Amino acid sequence: MKLTLRVWRQQNADADGAMSTYEVDGVSPDMSFLEMLDTLNEELILKGEDPVAFDHDCREGICGACSLVINGDAHGPERTTTCQLHMRSFQDGDTIDIEPWRASAFPVIKDLVVDRSAFDRIIQAGGYITAPTGSAPEAHATPVPKPDADLAFEHAECIGCGACVAACPNGAAMLFTSAKVNHLNVLPQGAPERETRVLDMVAQMDEEGFGGCTLTGECATACPKGIPLVSITSMNKEWLRATRKVAKR
Amino acid sequence: MTYTDYTTGEPVADTKAPSGPVNERWDKRRFEAKLVNPANRRKHTVIVVGTGLAGGSAGATLAEQGYHVVQFCYQDSPRRAHSIAAQGGINAAKNYRNDGDSIHRLFYDTVKGGDFRARESNVHRLAQISVEIIDQCVAQGVPFAREYGGLLDTRSFGGVQVSRTFYARGQTGQQLLLGAYQALSRQIAAGNIEMHPRTEMLDLIVIDGRARGIVARDLITGKIDTYFADAVVLASGGYGNVFYLSTNAMNSNATAIWRAHRRGAWFANPCFTQIHPTCIPRTGDHQSKLTLMSESLRNDGRIWVPKAQGDTRPANRIPEDERDYYLERIYPSFGNLVPRDIASRAAKNVCDEGRGVGPGGQGVYLDFADAIKRMGRKAVEAKYGNLFDMYQRITDEDPYEVPMRIYPAVHYTMGGLWVDYDLQTTIPGLFAIGEANFSDHGANRLGASALMQGLADGYFVLPATINDYLARHPHQGEVTDEHPVVQEALAETQDRLNLLLSVDGDRTPDSFHREVGELMWEFCGMARTDSGLRKALERIPQIREEFWRRIKVPGTGEEFNQSLEKANRVVDYLELAELMCLDALHRDESCGGHFREESQTPDGEAARKDDAFAYAAAWEFTGTGAAPTLHKEDLVFEYVHPTQRSYA
Repeated sequence: MKLTLRVWRQQNADADGAMSTYEVDGVSPDMSFLEMLDTLNEELILKGEDPVAFDHDCREGICGACSLVINGDAHGPERTTTCQLHMRSFQDGDTIDIEPWRASAFPVIKDLVVDRSAFDRIIQAGGYITAPTGSAPEAHATPVPKPDADLAFEHAECIGCGACVAACPNGAAMLFTSAKVNHLNVLPQGAPERETRVLDMVAQMDEEGFGGCTLTGECATACPKGIPLVSITSMNKEWLRATRKVAKR
Repeated sequence: MTYTDYTTGEPVADTKAPSGPVNERWDKRRFEAKLVNPANRRKHTVIVVGTGLAGGSAGATLAEQGYHVVQFCYQDSPRRAHSIAAQGGINAAKNYRNDGDSIHRLFYDTVKGGDFRARESNVHRLAQISVEIIDQCVAQGVPFAREYGGLLDTRSFGGVQVSRTFYARGQTGQQLLLGAYQALSRQIAAGNIEMHPRTEMLDLIVIDGRARGIVARDLITGKIDTYFADAVVLASGGYGNVFYLSTNAMNSNATAIWRAHRRGAWFANPCFTQIHPTCIPRTGDHQSKLTLMSESLRNDGRIWVPKAQGDTRPANRIPEDERDYYLERIYPSFGNLVPRDIASRAAKNVCDEGRGVGPGGQGVYLDFADAIKRMGRKAVEAKYGNLFDMYQRITDEDPYEVPMRIYPAVHYTMGGLWVDYDLQTTIPGLFAIGEANFSDHGANRLGASALMQGLADGYFVLPATINDYLARHPHQGEVTDEHPVVQEALAETQDRLNLLLSVDGDRTPDSFHREVGELMWEFCGMARTDSGLRKALERIPQIREEFWRRIKVPGTGEEFNQSLEKANRVVDYLELAELMCLDALHRDESCGGHFREESQTPDGEAARKDDAFAYAAAWEFTGTGAAPTLHKEDLVFEYVHPTQRSYA
């Protein structure tokens, strides 16, 4: 396959960026999208040009590092992570646009690499259960009904890639935040911090400059792990409940 | 004197392991270890490099205890460390199944699975702690799989006959890591951990024989900084990426442990690498990494190849009586669940016989047709759905309809920095935990034991033993950048990066990485020979020489520069590879994942030589390309007596 790539190039956070055009030849349909970019970068290095910077690590769809907007879609045309997208999803002769996550809360570091540390700070605000090492009761002391455990798992699948934010026209982080709130709030172990967790995490989310949610649903469509849109509704319910409960105290 | 003319130095002994009955040693050590007054702990700084299961759990726990922790990871977030990719599960001797499991059985299975090249004291401690880990993780909200009654579910894994593996669908590593990451996040918010993401350790600072800090590079700005502490903990993972193609994350690297080795930490059993039997075969030269399919698939999938050589019919056209379910045939009692090293070698053997399937004949079938018939497609989906999806995405084949094709790939390194029972290296004040150390898995790691060891080290072992070091050896005075040792370490790092940037040759970092990786796979991979290893040992210094002549790294050091990061890691692979080959050459026996063709039983199994090699080989660095010094730690087996491993 022969492809034309239009790639966002930006030297650093302060520099202006622009789309640059590259031709790549000899692309195999079995290549992953990132392996196709590897090929381009090998050529650029040998030509003495700066290779395209992009985040990637496990290349198995689980670490959440890779983060490309491909032809306008976060992670591209398939519902998966960028690293699990293969070139068989494209046609010979295609022109492909490659951009970084687009959101003001995720500033560009270089080319296609963005700063997602806002997500870490949302977790630090309350996305945990306080259980210092050594203090745990016997694992079977608290049975968890299977449906609850499965529901917690469904939300815990979030890999923190940020596709939800990149896909959202408002740049909102509701799906990311709600996934963690729901993961921990449906479990009995998470109950003691149920109210503070949702209130503090939502407050931090707002402070980070993420946009507001208008329930367009783009986030859930882009999510490579299938975190459902209803996750946001559940979090809103949790937040209302917590607000009222805390007000009564 | 050439590299292979190594000298044998003083033997090394694990002086921290207490004597007495094996099941009392950990209690005894914890009691004898000195404590640091809780009020004084915040005056002590501990550096932790890495945020995987070992580093994440250690950082969180040390901070909970009151220490000031300064922690590093090269990823943009501590949540992305490669532990996240572990799929199958975590072992624990809970005996919830009432199937005859016990701490002693987990201990026994691990020593035997490691082919009698691990320390009994360490392994027993690991088995004891395993039960606490599950409690800890459940308390953190790790969503393990559960039964309808609300209790935890378990499954079986290779090399054992009990069901002791706890799991969270095919994402156990992710869920355990998020548990540790969340605990870490709580401590970061509390101000007890100073977290440096996108920062890579490039050297260790050793002053007056003790580890006092690190040199690290901010990967965004390129700035090289020093960080000082009372103790340094390396939790930087394994070195499987020396092979170029492996199941490790692309950026996993050996630099932290290799730089520590160069500064005086001995490196033990570097040749003990694990080749995982169930990975997706490679598709072409563009391949950048290999993807593992969880070993749990071997619970229900059946492995086979055609009986005839060169049989190119599609799998479903090969009748039952023309298939060879070779693991079930050769190992009737363990069948498809033999340990990883045995399953990998068996796959290589049938492919070498010309019976491999798929492109290039480098693959065997893992067939779920019987499981789907027996359990129904729905049940198979519930158990393995995400793995099947991943396979289909990568190969474009539907594993519900056609059998998966699998082939072995480098997955884990049992070797690592030599540590004593306290997990301290030969440099006082430098500790190594998780895959970065060598201590618990011998010559072969059992499935679902890496997560167990990482969390055991980080949550429970290190936080107990590091107290003893800090209490007995309080530091006098601060270290500053002006110290001549610090100046030297900074200058060396800067010079190395400058040199990489200035060569301006005609080959990319990746091209060298690929070259050394292919060499290692051929000569230091699944089967090793004296002549092959000697060939590799001759070739590696040549590649190294060529590297420094022809490497091309664009850009500068004062910016985000992924080519520079990569090139610097390759520098270390080019030295580590040499030590791995030497270790493999010197160990003239087969054991676990180390298979020397010269040392096999008449039916092709690994033949150990306990009289000559029942020791851990700890290597001391003497200079790049210079013959290292070997220190032997004799392994004593009081409880699990070495026998020829039998899974037949």
